Amino acid sequence: MKRVFPILAVLTAALLSYALYEALVVAPTEQTMGDVQRIFYYHVPSAWTAFILFSINFVASVVYLIRRSNKADIVALVTAEVGVVFCTVVLVTGPIWARPVWGIWWTWDLRLTLTLVLWLIYVSYLVLRRFSSSGQTPLLAAVLAIFGALDVPLVYFSIWFFRTQHPQPVIGGGGSIDPRMLHVLMINWLAFSCFAALVCWSRYRLEVLRREVDETLALEALLEPRGSQSRTSQTWRAG
Amino acid sequence: MSYLYAAYIATWAIHVAYLSTLLRRYIRLRNEIAEFKGREER
Amino acid sequence: MSTVPSLTRATLAKDLRLEWRSKDAINSMLFFSLLVVVIFSFSFDPTAEESRRIVGGLVWVAFLFAAVVALNQTWAREIRNQVLDAYRVSPAPANALFLAKVLGNFIFVTVLQALMTPLFIVFYNLRALGPAYQLPIVAALGTWALVVNGTFFAAMSLRTRSREIMLPLLLFPISIPALLAMVEATGAILTGEFSAKFWIVLLAAYDVVFTIASLFLFGFVLQAE
Repeated sequence: MKRVFPILAVLTAALLSYALYEALVVAPTEQTMGDVQRIFYYHVPSAWTAFILFSINFVASVVYLIRRSNKADIVALVTAEVGVVFCTVVLVTGPIWARPVWGIWWTWDLRLTLTLVLWLIYVSYLVLRRFSSSGQTPLLAAVLAIFGALDVPLVYFSIWFFRTQHPQPVIGGGGSIDPRMLHVLMINWLAFSCFAALVCWSRYRLEVLRREVDETLALEALLEPRGSQSRTSQTWRAG
Repeated sequence: MSYLYAAYIATWAIHVAYLSTLLRRYIRLRNEIAEFKGREER
Repeated sequence: MSTVPSLTRATLAKDLRLEWRSKDAINSMLFFSLLVVVIFSFSFDPTAEESRRIVGGLVWVAFLFAAVVALNQTWAREIRNQVLDAYRVSPAPANALFLAKVLGNFIFVTVLQALMTPLFIVFYNLRALGPAYQLPIVAALGTWALVVNGTFFAAMSLRTRSREIMLPLLLFPISIPALLAMVEATGAILTGEFSAKFWIVLLAAYDVVFTIASLFLFGFVLQAE
């Protein structure tokens, strides 16, 4: 296991570099927007990756509710965190793209707004996990994830209808796409997916280690009362 | 044109920032483990 | 005495009686809403036509603040008197308690809306150009949307640090489609420019989805506390 990781890391870095080269040099220049359009090759794959990660989070949360599996809980935590990171990238690259093209920083573009709402939901998810002092935090987090997932189609429809009533610019070009651009897009998506997978794997191992250490420390405190404490107050404290 | 580079740089800045928090947490964990092992031997 | 409707009714009656005597929640809610109305009417001096466009947002901001005040105190009494522990051990269905709390909050916020609406009409010279009968429907559906999720998240926030911040933090992102619908529907009805039908249907769908989800999952949350 341990030896595979550095190899995969190097391969992923190579893939990302190749994808960058394709995006900046090989891809044809867009007619109306010019070179700024190349942000597309980072913006869209990040959005897709974030959505996939959140979908995995939803599945892991459901699994946790049914089986109370510790692994499922860790997967949920990891995909939420990394998903938020990729969402942040989308929310930063979107306005940077919108500004030179449309002259405004923000637009109620469907993908961008959906990403914003998901970002808000999952940031609140992470805050809940951090601040909750209930012993059942994973359970509460899983419930919140399910609420979030139920919300997504409703968000989608509400924004879609809002846009028909209040026409807004579309970032990221709808309609048909040049096959050469599609090719570059897919390469970047593959590269970022591999990158996301590696980051998730690292975070997973970190969390497993963290929980092992916490458990061991808690056990130690339970089994061996500190000298000064037990002599005077005879109280035990866990963790 | 500068917008293009700003977007790409911002993307990697965000990823690097997250990875560095992971690294920091990992180092802190390793120190905790070392300290624990030290206490155990005592 | 342990069927859901009778239990719900009993709990609801108790909460309403306690609130009627102390008027804690209603007073704070009234205060915050008045604050919003007055401050906004200083900063805007809109024409009647402009105000019809923006009032949708203003009104729901005021009601949102009020709702959060009500929601934050939903479970306060229960925690103080260890009622939740008693509930957990009793054979009573958890949903009865939840439903009673939601209905209680719904009533508080609706009473507040009834008190505040004449003020809004006066301050902003309001007159609905569209079908005014739809306004109470939007108000009821919107309030239920806020209150059902709010009561649920209030229960989820019970054992968290900064409980009062946790509730709005959890509530607002999930409520975005409902908030959008409420504001747009109100604007559509007042200006008469669009039909509010889609938004009303969306609100109804939102209410159904989250009421079912809350009833289904409340048991877990009660366990978790």
